[in-house]
Amino acid sequence: MYQNILLAADGSDHSLRAVRHAIGLVRGEETPHIDVLYVVDGDKSKTDVLHYGNTDVIQTKRKEQLVPVEDVLKEEEIPYEIHLKHGEPGPSIVKFANEGTYDCVVLGSRGLNQLQTMVLGSVSHKVAKRVECPVLIIK
Amino acid sequence: MNVTKLKQEWLGNVRGDILSGMVVALALIPEAIAFSLVAGLDPMIGLYASFCIAVVIAVVGGRPGMISAATGAMALIMVGLVADYGLEYLLAATILTGILQVIFGWTGLSRLMKFVPRSVMVGFVNALAILIFLSQVEHFQGAGWFMYAMVGATLFIIYLFPKVSKAVPSPLIAIIAVTVLVVSIGADVKTVGDMGALPDTLPVFLIPDIPFTFETLQIIFPYALALSAVGLLESMLTASIVDDMTDTESDKDKESRGQGYANVVTGFFGGMAGCAMIGQSMINMKSGGRGRLSSLTAGVFLMFLILVLGDLVVQIPIAALAGVMIMVSISTFDWSSLKLIPKMPVSDSTVMVVTVATVVVTHDLSKGVLVGVVLSAIFFAAKISRVKVTEALESSASYKIFHVDGQLFFASVTDFTKSFDYDGQADTVEIDLSHAHIWDDSAVEALEKVKAKFRQKGTEVVLSGINQESSRLLQRLDGLSSGH
Repeated sequence: MYQNILLAADGSDHSLRAVRHAIGLVRGEETPHIDVLYVVDGDKSKTDVLHYGNTDVIQTKRKEQLVPVEDVLKEEEIPYEIHLKHGEPGPSIVKFANEGTYDCVVLGSRGLNQLQTMVLGSVSHKVAKRVECPVLIIK
Repeated sequence: MNVTKLKQEWLGNVRGDILSGMVVALALIPEAIAFSLVAGLDPMIGLYASFCIAVVIAVVGGRPGMISAATGAMALIMVGLVADYGLEYLLAATILTGILQVIFGWTGLSRLMKFVPRSVMVGFVNALAILIFLSQVEHFQGAGWFMYAMVGATLFIIYLFPKVSKAVPSPLIAIIAVTVLVVSIGADVKTVGDMGALPDTLPVFLIPDIPFTFETLQIIFPYALALSAVGLLESMLTASIVDDMTDTESDKDKESRGQGYANVVTGFFGGMAGCAMIGQSMINMKSGGRGRLSSLTAGVFLMFLILVLGDLVVQIPIAALAGVMIMVSISTFDWSSLKLIPKMPVSDSTVMVVTVATVVVTHDLSKGVLVGVVLSAIFFAAKISRVKVTEALESSASYKIFHVDGQLFFASVTDFTKSFDYDGQADTVEIDLSHAHIWDDSAVEALEKVKAKFRQKGTEVVLSGINQESSRLLQRLDGLSSGH
């Protein structure tokens, strides 16, 4: 039922849990495929440029962050592709998801408390509302 | 010039650029006024500068979509000049800053900025944040609870209004709300109007009224040099951030020249020197601005608003601007650097902290950067001057082999010569230099010294594994050093 999955990940522990659930969904399918999307927001751009400077170094560092996620995918032998996008996480994930043909979008939740959610907003909530295919939020 | 590229940069994103440009104009007004006050100038000077710089950069800048205007970093540098010599000298210094930046751009000297280590850059933005914050402290001296309440209300709206809407910059909403409150209850507080005149006309071309003498140059040159260096540093940093956010490249030399032209123009039109702004450029990106039109719109719309709404702008309480400056300070500070301190090498953290400390003590960003760069260089030399000499396992009592690992140059030779055991009583010693590099005549001399010391003890020395470059230097300098 779920062959082609979009996984929004940033290399955090939450996204590590999310990747395991994504694999659970595609396991046993004929042609499973997982697109891993890492969205770099403006503030992240600022800190990365400040700390690493050079574009090549920055890109390598960002890909390094996804290595734990990649390791899991490699271990389970699921075909995958990594995508790096710039912008605000919520809208960027929605745009990427709706432009492709995915059976499901899987994302981790940052596990913020109520105050943080009120101040920072919930990316997963926004994505769940606007993505056209089913969305799985990993708590 | 390439017409298609030019068309793309100007007209590739018309709707997004015009809308985001208007948002940036709204966000620029409070900052332009507040930075003028930081420098000890009339609000007019910062507003004229922001208008001129944004418009000129739109045309000649190297990084489409980046916003440049009057900035805190530049305002902080010019405080002394303004206080001691006044506005006319500042305008002259602004023009000279522009000329220097154009020269830096043409000669490619602006690329030297890449030699500024990352930890100095982090120290730079953190110091900038602290200075902007400190510049607001004077507004609180002798102020009553009402001042604190207004600043608190401003910050509250700035950070929570985005929950309601992101279409309008929240600092502007905060300023309007606090101003309306103060005017409606008729509170007697210090306002923008008390701090100096606001423009009611477009800026006009004027040659700064200063004596054109060598003394004048002596006064303005140090300031112009500091302004041009700091301006370029922040502009190059901002350009790289915009590059990253948009996944595109930009011409840094062209940007450097563009900053220069913009400062020359703003100096002649009565504005203070400025540079690219990280915060405003990020607002522009997030609001959908990408092309040159966004910067042009920001400048023109800003001037339009000030000319039309000047009577309202003078009623803005200083407390509201102080709130905006505190927000600018918080967002400028690189909070991730605090988290990274335990993970970073001690030398990097030291450089960062020393850069910040120097700026906070001297109130001069350029001095902080200079001290930071020199300190990094010293740390680098210390790190690289560690030479390891190890005795190889295959050595026998009569034939000893030493492996040398590292860079041989003036800073490392003392350790190098000391790391041999000269009383080993071997017949022959082989010094393997395949993992070493000989950089200068001090290194050649040190090798000669080691050889001589071994010979005194009756040990023959063989050098092996010398790389080509090192052996060329060795041959060239051999004749010279043996003559000592």
